[in-house]
Amino acid sequence: MKEKKKSSYLSGKEIRAIAKQNKKVMMALEAKKHRRAKEEEFVCEMKNADNILEIDDLHTYFFTDQGVVKAVNGVSFDIPKNKTVGIVGESGCGKSVTSMSVMRLLQGPTGQIYSGSIRFAAEDKTYDIAEMPISEIYRIRGKEIAMIFQEPMTSLNPIFTIGDQLDEVTYIHRPEATAEEAQARSIEMLKLVGIAAPERVYNSYPHELSGGMRQRVMISMALVCNPRLIIADEPTTALDVTIQAQILDLLRDLKDKINGSIMLITHDLGVIAEMADYVVVMYAGKVIEKGTVQEIFKNPLHPYTIGLQKSKPTMQSDSDVLFNIPGNVPNPVNMPTHCFFKERCDRCCDKCGGDYPDMIQVSPTHFVSCHLYDKEEEVNG
Amino acid sequence: MIKYIIKRLALSVLILFCVSVIMFVLIQLMPMDYVTQQIAAIETKGEAVSEETVQALMSEYGYGTDGTLGGMFRGYFTWLRATLRLDFGTSFKFQQPVADVIAKNMWVSFAVAAIATVFEFMIAIPLGITAATHQYSFRDYFVTVLVMIGISLPSFFFGQILKNMLAMQLGWFPSSGLGSATMDYTGIWLILDYVSYLVIPVLTVVVLSIGGRMRMTRTNMLEVLGSDYIRTARAKGLSETKVIYKHAFRNTLIPLVTSLAGLLPSLFSGAIITEQVFGLPGIGNMAYQATLVADIPFIMGYNLFLAVLSIVGVLLADIMYAVVDPRVKLG
Repeated sequence: MKEKKKSSYLSGKEIRAIAKQNKKVMMALEAKKHRRAKEEEFVCEMKNADNILEIDDLHTYFFTDQGVVKAVNGVSFDIPKNKTVGIVGESGCGKSVTSMSVMRLLQGPTGQIYSGSIRFAAEDKTYDIAEMPISEIYRIRGKEIAMIFQEPMTSLNPIFTIGDQLDEVTYIHRPEATAEEAQARSIEMLKLVGIAAPERVYNSYPHELSGGMRQRVMISMALVCNPRLIIADEPTTALDVTIQAQILDLLRDLKDKINGSIMLITHDLGVIAEMADYVVVMYAGKVIEKGTVQEIFKNPLHPYTIGLQKSKPTMQSDSDVLFNIPGNVPNPVNMPTHCFFKERCDRCCDKCGGDYPDMIQVSPTHFVSCHLYDKEEEVNG
Repeated sequence: MIKYIIKRLALSVLILFCVSVIMFVLIQLMPMDYVTQQIAAIETKGEAVSEETVQALMSEYGYGTDGTLGGMFRGYFTWLRATLRLDFGTSFKFQQPVADVIAKNMWVSFAVAAIATVFEFMIAIPLGITAATHQYSFRDYFVTVLVMIGISLPSFFFGQILKNMLAMQLGWFPSSGLGSATMDYTGIWLILDYVSYLVIPVLTVVVLSIGGRMRMTRTNMLEVLGSDYIRTARAKGLSETKVIYKHAFRNTLIPLVTSLAGLLPSLFSGAIITEQVFGLPGIGNMAYQATLVADIPFIMGYNLFLAVLSIVGVLLADIMYAVVDPRVKLG
């Protein structure tokens, strides 16, 4: 009882102690973010030249007064060129924070990339985004990597016209562009995303458009500079099903047209199955399974992935009750040292109480982090 | 838009009527009236007050009221009839037409309020923006504490302190009044002379009013900075300065601009206490003196003037909304 009380309620003294400790780390990370750095410090080499983005042991923490929230806790995955990588997981598992880390959009000073690297192959050089000072991020943000957000209703500035907001992207990344060029480019992009009357929409304010239209505008805004990577953070969550299908079709077409990669974040397995080439399954800030879309859907290994797929409603099932994974995501402060899924797992064994399971390779592309598959690794190596 | 304005103006006639009724009833409810005061003044001189004198005073200053409800009605309609002919009567206290007294003293108050408002916005908005963009930093707390002290100071106290320090002890500025009677300034020196009298009152008003405006800017700015479209603006690759001063500031300005229109009545109404402290011949000072002696025509005229300004101010604020925010359509 006493133990429990301690974990959920903090005394003022404890909060001050945590705040003091956090401040030191936060200040150091803020200083690093705002430092002046020579280019050599953040230019690096890709491990595999076929990849556009390599995330390597990324740790993104939020320093709150209740303690350090390890929202992204050692995430590693790659995005190959011209492929779509889907990231799935339930709410709060760190999907969006991973994408925010790539864009360096974390709200400082509480949200910080603590360690790890994010290597991105830009047109001429390879940058380590995690090491870049914030003043250099403008080389890639919006130009090489563009992002589409999940709330089209509120993601456009209400007091500027669509045209103003689209033209702005051209002006930022091509300062020499004339007004006519910018407008032509904006209207071209609006046409590309299937907006019927681009000239009219160009002069409209966001509140005059529907949700689906606004999401199309958001996508066209992302496309203005021909980005090499588009991060779509739950692009269809706020839309109804017919619009959802149209937006997904659009994204798929666009990927081929602009010859780029997509990092698709969603909690909808249907969307992943339809869109993605590779799937990364995240749970409580860690990657628990990753592989090609066939591997994950035909041969899911981690009990969480299996549970996720079982909880998807299907027409074939005659059960009245939808399957759900029991329990909740653990408290993000004071994470256990053993497997985070242990309490909710139906195939838990003695080993699960031990160390956190390592990533185990089961095929050239399929990885899983679970003690159930430890044996094979011992045989192999 | 024009239809809307006409509708609002028609409605405001009704509002003005209600305001005038409430004001008149309130004055009648005051424990003292002008006639009683005059009689008391004569009696203190030791003279007897004849019945004719009382009647004469009543007919001139009583507005026909005799303490009954019927008398009050008659008095109100006497006033209303004159007012509809744009005759606001003669002030008891100043023995001049009310409209003249207001028109003559309004501009001193306006000068103080207008200069103070300009300084208030010029200081409070940048302070609010830095406080918001550096939320929870030393800068934020420092600014907040400073302006909070400003809000908390009563004007008669702070005005007196400034007067004591800057006028009495340091002797930099004159302590009260407006214009040096003994000197014969012309041209630029005359203006500078007036300005020297206005410095301390303006300073008092500015320090006292910055706090509210700064808190308002900070809150709006924080709300805007946390919104999704600011994240979009950052994701586009805009620099932080552009994000703040183009995308966030324009949105923060919406409530500020509309509140500026709402300030219209306070520009002319005068600062009763501050003008009192510094002996400025402004309209606030006049209103104070008139209220002390239950000067019915002046109080009615002054408050009606403020009511008209308030109505115009609110209407102007609504129109400003439609001008600065494309989402608002009047109709």
